[in-house]
Amino acid sequence: MLGFVVRRLILVIPSLAGLLVLTFFLIRVVPADPAAALAGENATPAQIAEIRHQYGFDQPLLVQFGVYLAQVARLDFGESAYSRRPVSVDIKQRLPATLELTLAALIFATALGIPLGTLAAVYHNRWPDTVLRILSVGGVAIAAFWFAIELQLVFAMDLGWLPLRGRLSPGLAPPALVTGFYLIDSLITGRLDAFGDALRHLILPAFTLSLGGLATITRFTRAGVLDTLQKDFVTYERAQGFPAGPLIWKFVLRNSVVAAITQIGLLFGGLIAGAVVVETIFDWPGIGFYTVQAILTADTKVMLAITLLIGVIYAIVNILVDVVNGLIDPRLREND
Amino acid sequence: MLILVKFAKDKPAVLGAAIVLAVVAMAILAPLIAPYPGDVAASHLLQRLKPPSPEHPFGTDNLGRDILSRVILGARGALMIALLVVGISMAIGVPLGLIAGYQQGWLSQTIMRVTDIFLAVPQLILALALAQLMGPSLESAMLALTLTYWPFFTRIVYAETRRLAAALFIDALQCIGAGAPRILFLHILPNAISPIIVRATIGMGFTILVAAVLGFLGMGATPPDPDWGLAIAESRQYLPEAWWFSTFPGLAIFLTVLGFNLLGDGLRDIVDPRLRRSR
Amino acid sequence: MTADPLLEVKNLRLSVRTDEGVAQILDHVELTVARGQITGVVGESGCGKSTLARAVLGIFPKAARIESGEIRFEGQDLLALSDADMTRLVRGRRIGFIPQDPYLALNPVFKIGAQLLAAMRWHAAQPTSEAARRAELVGLLRRVQLPEPEAVLERYPHQFSGGQRQRLLIAGALAARPALLIADEPTTALDVTTQLEILKLLQALTQEFGVSMVFVTHDFGVVAELCDVTTVMYAGQTVETGPTGAVLAAPRHPYTQALIACHPDRAAALIGIPGQVPSPLAPPPGCRFAPRCPTAADVCRRRRSRLVADAPAHGVNCRLADERLAARQAGVDA
Repeated sequence: MLGFVVRRLILVIPSLAGLLVLTFFLIRVVPADPAAALAGENATPAQIAEIRHQYGFDQPLLVQFGVYLAQVARLDFGESAYSRRPVSVDIKQRLPATLELTLAALIFATALGIPLGTLAAVYHNRWPDTVLRILSVGGVAIAAFWFAIELQLVFAMDLGWLPLRGRLSPGLAPPALVTGFYLIDSLITGRLDAFGDALRHLILPAFTLSLGGLATITRFTRAGVLDTLQKDFVTYERAQGFPAGPLIWKFVLRNSVVAAITQIGLLFGGLIAGAVVVETIFDWPGIGFYTVQAILTADTKVMLAITLLIGVIYAIVNILVDVVNGLIDPRLREND
Repeated sequence: MLILVKFAKDKPAVLGAAIVLAVVAMAILAPLIAPYPGDVAASHLLQRLKPPSPEHPFGTDNLGRDILSRVILGARGALMIALLVVGISMAIGVPLGLIAGYQQGWLSQTIMRVTDIFLAVPQLILALALAQLMGPSLESAMLALTLTYWPFFTRIVYAETRRLAAALFIDALQCIGAGAPRILFLHILPNAISPIIVRATIGMGFTILVAAVLGFLGMGATPPDPDWGLAIAESRQYLPEAWWFSTFPGLAIFLTVLGFNLLGDGLRDIVDPRLRRSR
Repeated sequence: MTADPLLEVKNLRLSVRTDEGVAQILDHVELTVARGQITGVVGESGCGKSTLARAVLGIFPKAARIESGEIRFEGQDLLALSDADMTRLVRGRRIGFIPQDPYLALNPVFKIGAQLLAAMRWHAAQPTSEAARRAELVGLLRRVQLPEPEAVLERYPHQFSGGQRQRLLIAGALAARPALLIADEPTTALDVTTQLEILKLLQALTQEFGVSMVFVTHDFGVVAELCDVTTVMYAGQTVETGPTGAVLAAPRHPYTQALIACHPDRAAALIGIPGQVPSPLAPPPGCRFAPRCPTAADVCRRRRSRLVADAPAHGVNCRLADERLAARQAGVDA
């Protein structure tokens, strides 16, 4: 198993290397005056000259690449023209919020989607299956931003059960910073009041974000289980008197989820994009909204950093998906 | 005809087809069936934010315009964007897929690498970047959507072409001297039509959805267009009192996209028996 | 039979709904298995032998229906039991199953130990400890001649060969000490050498564990090697049944006779039986072999399918048998 993980890690290196080279070219080589591009629209000639020297644009290409790599290693992406703060600080502050939201959405979608998909397959072509199939298609058809607004309308404005926006109620101090995940940090530092409040704030945004994923996971699990139910070993296990419960939920399910888990990995990317909209509507202080701002203000340094960040996140998620699938299906671990 | 019978048995697919037909009819007949066709542009401030009533079944918006009419009229814009985007994506993607699948050399490889790169870009991010470069407008939104959708067509056409190019009848055609364009367009393309149609149908729904998001973010349609996404954006400040303002345009988006998705799924099931086993 | 038979299938009729209509797969089928006996069910592909075997366990496709008949096992009518009761009381416990394709029958994502021990836990007659079950399973694996049984428990199915997997399946079938084994062509998917090994193993194990067996196959050679009693099937009907030696050396049904005569070991040239097996969607009335039978008569088309005792312990489903029996009765009376 360990060998498998190491092999997967090694495979990541070429993609990340490629990403670094690509971004280097985009920033340094493509613009006519890379220093000006990095400095942003309103930079003075003095600032541009400063940057030209700092980044070594007067040096040979290879040296520049070395400088670039060193900067990336130090997590030095310069300063955001918009916020006037180091990009790495901005990202460090905002990334946990997005991750907490995305992970909550993912966990919810998986925890609900896999059982629902299994039920749809077991009740194939009967009414629970038809209902779930329409709901699945519906889930993908819902515009997240509209659904978010409707949820706010009903649960925050009309019923007042859940908060309207943000990560915490205005009067409440955030828990001490350990991971940046409010839910974890508040439990670790014993702030149960913050835990409850953060959880309530998380519900609507996470639910909105989870819809598309929930629908997709349900569909893929259903397809996987239906496929597995046709297999010979299921007939054999029935003939050997395996009780229906464990037969489906243990012995059939484990064979059926590989496709769904691969989808979960792909979903993660979609969730980051979806976070843009959800963060906008719920005033969630994450990197989704930060990215939008950067693009709209042509803040190249931020865009560069975010691109690298997303590349790394994708790589990590893909590895995790492969590892989980390898754990579930031993045949996948064998030959590489 | 057997296909139609099979299709008719699939209730969700029939529902999808019905919805799509209704929306198309709505779009075509919009000026005729909308109760207040002038509300595309006119405003009646005295009627601001009135709740649903017999005169205004969906209520009125912040400028007193009838929301039912604007929803009906909005169908036009939505379908037009979707048709243009999907149509142009097909026009770009299908020929590229045919070429890439038929040739074996560097051209094929280059096309597919470029396709992969475009597939990796999230649509929304590209749309926002283009909006920044070109100024937000319907044109920039459509350009962005087209640029990110054509790879889907290329992918499936490439796969089908590769599969068919290996078939014996292609060898036979080549022996009698049929030229590549003739083979591609007269023989291979007709066989690849089905997955293309499925992808196009689902693409319609998808495009309408993303166009709505762009409209909402102010990156697509501009006022006073009766764009559904734009309407929802405008409605935000009047909530929770004017709930009808955001609810009805949103339902329109939802039902339209749902219709296209159900239809696309139904088509996929009759077209590709391999996938049918998941039914 | 001095003691009650262990398994008695009587007059079983089973149909399957298909897109093209209703197929009569089994027509008044009869099967009897005495305690300690190995009964072979032999016939061409599509004759219904696998369906019969699986019907005993209550395993058949969703579109299938049992129209009439009786399956008595250990004195109980299995058709009267609910699916839940069958799962709890009979399957894997009183009746063990050995499937045809060892490459597909084991669950690929679970370790051998996990799969087999789970079944043992559910079917344990009295509460047992995990350790006791493990020990017993290891002993069983040794009995089916698998080396390093402890290690076997920790491995996955794809790490074993076809013959080894079949041994695993046999161990699994015997784990709960059932009274009857149903083997559905267990050697068909294996190469000839391995086939022989598995047959010998089955023979030894049925003796040692005192378990009866229904052995489905299309191969007369296997039947000759292994089975005490042979039941021949054709197109969903049982045509002949009797002690294997008698059926093979002196078959009394026209179909069996033709089959034996055509067997490559007996026939000088490669010949076949003229005609084709009828489709279960439109079976001939009465005796389904009549259209191809050299001795067919009008009455064959009206005769209800049933086995007639034509000789001691030898049943034949044919009008000729009726006539021979009638003649003997007349001779006795006279």
